[in-house]
Amino acid sequence: MPDVTEEHPNLESVSLDAPQFEVAAKNVKRTEYVTFGAFILGFIGFAAFGAAYTQNAPTYMLGLTIGLGLFFFGFGLVSWGKYLMPQGPFSEPRPLMETTEQERELLKADFTSRGKVAIKRRSFLVKAMAAAGGVFGIVAAFPLIRSLGPLPKNSLMTTKWRKGSYLTTIYGDKVRPSDLEVGGIVTVFPEDDLGSAISQTILLRVKESGPIVTMPGRENWAPDGFVAYSKVCTHAGCPVGLYEHLEQLLVCPCHQSMFNVKDGAMPVFGPAPRPLPQLPIYIDSDGYFRARAGYDEPIGPGFWTRGGTA
Amino acid sequence: MIDAIYNWIDNRLALSKSGRHLLNKIFPDHWSFMIGEIALYSFIVLLISGVFLTLYFVPSEAMTIYHGAYKPLDGMRVSQAYASTINISFGVRGGLFMRQLHHWAANIFVGSIVVHMLRVFFTGAFRRPREANWMIGATLLILAIFNGFLGYSIPDDLVSGTGIRIAFSILESIPFVGTNLAFFLFGGNYPGTDIIPRFFILHVLILPLVILGLLAAHLGMLVKHKHTQFKGRGARNDNVVGSPLWPNYAAKAGGFFFLTTGVTAILAALVQINPIWQYGPYVPYKVSYAVQPDWYMGWLDGALRVMPSWEIHLPGHMIPNVFFPGILLPGVTFTLIYLWPFIESKFITHDYAEHHLLDKPRDNPMRTAIGAAVFAFYFVLFGASSTDVLANYLQVSLNVVLWAFRIACIVVPIVVFPVAYKICLELQHLPEAGKRKRHMIIVRDEEGAYHSVDSEEYPGYVTPELAPVQIEEVDLSPEISALNATATPKDTGVYKIPRD
Ligand code: HEM
Ligand code: FES
Repeated sequence: MPDVTEEHPNLESVSLDAPQFEVAAKNVKRTEYVTFGAFILGFIGFAAFGAAYTQNAPTYMLGLTIGLGLFFFGFGLVSWGKYLMPQGPFSEPRPLMETTEQERELLKADFTSRGKVAIKRRSFLVKAMAAAGGVFGIVAAFPLIRSLGPLPKNSLMTTKWRKGSYLTTIYGDKVRPSDLEVGGIVTVFPEDDLGSAISQTILLRVKESGPIVTMPGRENWAPDGFVAYSKVCTHAGCPVGLYEHLEQLLVCPCHQSMFNVKDGAMPVFGPAPRPLPQLPIYIDSDGYFRARAGYDEPIGPGFWTRGGTA
Repeated sequence: MIDAIYNWIDNRLALSKSGRHLLNKIFPDHWSFMIGEIALYSFIVLLISGVFLTLYFVPSEAMTIYHGAYKPLDGMRVSQAYASTINISFGVRGGLFMRQLHHWAANIFVGSIVVHMLRVFFTGAFRRPREANWMIGATLLILAIFNGFLGYSIPDDLVSGTGIRIAFSILESIPFVGTNLAFFLFGGNYPGTDIIPRFFILHVLILPLVILGLLAAHLGMLVKHKHTQFKGRGARNDNVVGSPLWPNYAAKAGGFFFLTTGVTAILAALVQINPIWQYGPYVPYKVSYAVQPDWYMGWLDGALRVMPSWEIHLPGHMIPNVFFPGILLPGVTFTLIYLWPFIESKFITHDYAEHHLLDKPRDNPMRTAIGAAVFAFYFVLFGASSTDVLANYLQVSLNVVLWAFRIACIVVPIVVFPVAYKICLELQHLPEAGKRKRHMIIVRDEEGAYHSVDSEEYPGYVTPELAPVQIEEVDLSPEISALNATATPKDTGVYKIPRD
């Protein structure tokens, strides 16, 4: 390797017959043929694209023709540039970025001395300008922030489930026990919030009959082998829509959190930190499922202003 | 005629005064410097294909009944955003190609930015005076990831809708501001009806403009500092050795632009990407599974999966689980990235000088080992985004796979660090390593032990760089010699590399 003290010429001081201007190709003729061939293939590709487009050809034809056209065109240019142009190397000087103390002082002096002339004994102007500008800065943000969206208020804390809401399918049908086999699941909504991302609730038939007590204090929340949980994952909010009846686990498809349906939907696997809230339900005298009350805690993933219920 | 036009313009803008200088601008050559170019060129592809898509895409969540070329969806109630994307794919001539071109270019864009950043990191190109350009670059990476996410969110299909839901959860987890921030960005509680129009305007106008501005600053600084170069070939801290803008670099860079777009177009032609008609429209209560987000979100998905199920409860407030993998982890990582040039000079190298000569990764083992360990950590997280697929494929329980990844996250970086460090030290003692093969033969002695013995060079093997021959004085034209009296020494100092 030539040692690092080696100098290469500056372009501005070298004539065209210097060895740096020899081309890099070993076999110039062959390189010229290859480059020429590449341009011809590029030409064919582009022309074929034009034809394909007018004939409304399928996607792969459109893409292949223009893709190959571009590829060969680029190939030709690169091989020309790399092998049939001056091989160099050339060099140019690189001024360092470092400035001297003197240069900085000069700029500073200009800035401050001229500034002083402008501000001299007029510092009240500076203060007034700063006050006006500051207020502008503050009020300018008002409409922007205000127009972005409403404040959260209570909306993350509650759902549309009320005492007496019917458990209704997405098609608006009220659900009754005979609609589900053991091991079956159905997504239900309050009748006035069909398809809601927030109120969505999953109703499962875990066993043939008899109440399910998922936790002390929830003695009559789950009648006749049925239980209902919020369908919004407490991890990051995906719909918890997979049910493995053998193990009686609800599984979230996003990060595979698993919730034990017999145990108040306690998370048994994965990143979900809290159980799915349980909707207390009963069967009314007409045989339809209804909510005893709304959820007793905010559904879904945690958020900063959510109180610390464990 | 042409001359007259040029003169008219030149007399008003004085282009030829600086133009000659520009033509002679020198660019150092190295394959790794082309990675940044790939990012630049795929950004251009994104702009062009994006304009095409904007002509047909309807950024609205209003419901409509789909009637169109794609029969399986005929009569379905879907959002206009979804319907118009289906229409681009099946009803617009060349539309599917453009969609796939745009999506492939986005993946290549982010990918090349990451690789470009790795090359800048491992060669120490971020050192003084380029610290600010490094930080602009890091900002570009963040913006590119965000814009990619916004882009694949707006077709309103089942997969991306699930991603938006997770994004909302991550936003609302931020301490102090999270709940309000999420509401402001989404225009209310999830899902609302503003997401698609808002994401759209961010995706097609605001972020591209910011990216464009920062890109101009990025490349402007590059011109001001002039590109770094590797040692050798007479390269010094105060010069630039390479080939000139005109004609070499113009031809090579121009050609490389077409090569990049050509390969992207061939991918778009042959490899399907984001077939939203198979996913179906977004319905908040429907599940999608075994579909992955775009690759550059994989590390985040993986981090969400391996995070243990902790969260912090405070009186009246909480720090939710997703805050740690979704906000804290990227926050800490990017802070470290931004500050790295300063961390390195303060704590590792104690070197505050200007550097225009690049390191080889081995030259600074500490930097290389830290970079490799951090990269390995993210690589493991990326792998963790497929726990369910792996468990299925390997027929082992999800629990085993998850714990394997949790352990790997910690163990792999700890192993990579010393290994990378040691490899650097070893390479430092092998001056020719990475250059070319050494000529050796393996011999076996009577006891049966093997030894490697330096051998003759292979027949016909020449190492041209090792034997430069001095060329004779060049014949400079008299005018130029007169102008550059000092630049025409008798011994030109130019060596010619013999080629056969
Ligand atoms: C939108 C994304 C980006 C584009 C289009 C882009 C483009 C480029 C190009 C074309 C170059 C010159 C070629 C090269 O050295 O590879 C360059 C240089 C550079 N880039 Fe980027 N870049 C991007 C992102 C980044 C990132 C994420 C970083 C690091 C955090 C970064 C840091 C740098 C630095 C320090 C240089 C100067 C390198 C030198 O002179 O050796 N860039 N960029
Ligand atoms: S959203 Fe359910 S596990 Fe992450």
